[in-house]
Amino acid sequence: MASPSPAERRADERLAATGPLRRLLVKPELGALIGAVVVFTFFAVQSEVFRSPRGIANWLDPASTLGIMAVAVALLMIGGHFDLSAGVLTGTTALTVGIVAVEFEQNLWVAMAVALVLALALGFLNGWLVTRTGLPSFIITLGTFLMLQGLNLGLTKFFTGTVTAGGIAEVPGYAAAEWVFASRVSIAGTEFRVAILWWVLFTALGTWVLLRTRFGNWVFATGGDDVAARNVGVPARRTTVTLFMTTAVAAWFVGVTLAVRLTSVQANTGIGQELIYIVAAVIGGCLLTGGFGSAIGASLGALIFGMTQLGIPYLRWDADWFYFFLGAMLLLAVLANRLVRRYAEAARR
Amino acid sequence: MSEDRDVPLLELRDVGKDYGSVIALDGITTSVRAGEVTCVLGDNGAGKSTLIKILSGVHRPDRGAVLLDGQPVSFGAPREALDAGIATVYQDLAMIPLMAIWRNFFLGAEPTRGRGPFRRFDARQARETTRRALRDMGIDIRDPDQPVGTLSGGERQSVAIARAVHFGARVLILDEPTSALGVKQAGVVLRYVAQARDRGVGVVLITHNPHHAYPVGDRFLLLNRGRSLGSFAKNEVDRDELTRLMAGGAELDQLAHELGRPSS
Repeated sequence: MASPSPAERRADERLAATGPLRRLLVKPELGALIGAVVVFTFFAVQSEVFRSPRGIANWLDPASTLGIMAVAVALLMIGGHFDLSAGVLTGTTALTVGIVAVEFEQNLWVAMAVALVLALALGFLNGWLVTRTGLPSFIITLGTFLMLQGLNLGLTKFFTGTVTAGGIAEVPGYAAAEWVFASRVSIAGTEFRVAILWWVLFTALGTWVLLRTRFGNWVFATGGDDVAARNVGVPARRTTVTLFMTTAVAAWFVGVTLAVRLTSVQANTGIGQELIYIVAAVIGGCLLTGGFGSAIGASLGALIFGMTQLGIPYLRWDADWFYFFLGAMLLLAVLANRLVRRYAEAARR
Repeated sequence: MSEDRDVPLLELRDVGKDYGSVIALDGITTSVRAGEVTCVLGDNGAGKSTLIKILSGVHRPDRGAVLLDGQPVSFGAPREALDAGIATVYQDLAMIPLMAIWRNFFLGAEPTRGRGPFRRFDARQARETTRRALRDMGIDIRDPDQPVGTLSGGERQSVAIARAVHFGARVLILDEPTSALGVKQAGVVLRYVAQARDRGVGVVLITHNPHHAYPVGDRFLLLNRGRSLGSFAKNEVDRDELTRLMAGGAELDQLAHELGRPSS
């Protein structure tokens, strides 16, 4: 066979350009990892409670439920979309569990199944609207977000007469549900919530799907350039719809966890959380434009959130500083991401 | 030079296509043979894109016939053309810049291992195969893990060509592969076109640059305003004639006359 081999011999000198350091730098989760270490050290040095096992169990708890959502939202963002309805959907599913179980007197597991079907349908609706219309998912899910916010309040009032759906602990099936979603595991004398375990499992699953399955490859491609992806035979629409449904399932999981843990759900549950999920995903290295990011990074973003949220009161600082801190982290993360993207997209001429 | 070889891989007979009342393409006849390069030359608006869309299955022709191995075919979707062995490499829509080379290489055709819920993307095999396939085409990749965005435009086109060849393309359609490239880069890409040709692939090279087409082409189809100005074998036409025909012959003479300094 004829072999033009234009540049085989020059391979070595050019290899030097992608040394181990640069390769490490383009890992999306690197920034979040450094951030997490810095934040942990900052609080752990100053607060003894923060570094005690009980303190760790405390700040892992808010990180866990947020982390489960952040992983799903990160996958969706890598696929090129936002879901602003993800936060309120945790409320919708939690309220559905409460209302179906208490007002319709169903077994808690039946109520959970109903909420799951509802979540899948809403996720499908989001994905279907986005892929059919080609409108930005930001605006579509802003619409569903506001609609669900209204429905949550309206229907809760309609069924319960108040703005809470309570009495979940008295429903048959509660004991088993509590064991799965809200039990505590004792490690070395300290009680950790089981949601932390679920969080780790979701992160591992998300990472595996993203990096080691065909679907994961399609997620990156759809978010990177959906026209090019479709040209080589990637089912971009199906990928997008699946991602929205995955986010909805994560919202269902967190919603059920809230319902079982609190046993009574406020009608405004989850509102405002959707931005926190996006913040965690972005701190974790997800690009707002899609096509780049990591599930582990999003989890680290959630961890930073949890540590900061509890670290600030541990230092007896005013809680207002929390949002300042979070905003600064976000800004830093976005600036770091921008550099990474420039590096990755810069053509060598 | 190979007129008496058996049936051409792909043949167009009197193909035409209308968009509403606009005749985009009419009376196009040409052929692509295995191991040959057919160049489609034309200025902007000549109907090159419409021709690609017919060949790659995006549009069906309104008139005439497309024959694959001598059998008439009609593709309803790009996937059907791809399954029949007709691969199209689009100018800048071939690769996802932020993804690694090996992920791009297997995009849409990922090799898997395991079954059921444990079916997974065989990353190791994908990396190895990418490296091997590119090396077989004589393409030097420094690291299959680097994002495609760090490659130059010519390298990207080359990887896309190697991908099409690896996945068994019999006919390779290249849409202006050299138009956005510098002289050196264009040369690299043309070399890989020749490489694909030498492996027995029938290549359709669409370009508006006769200097890129002439060295690598075996057959030239000239388009002007949706019509064929003729389909020539290499020995029937030379480079200057090609350039002149492409620019509309007399029009170019006129232009040269207009632009020329008035002789004192």
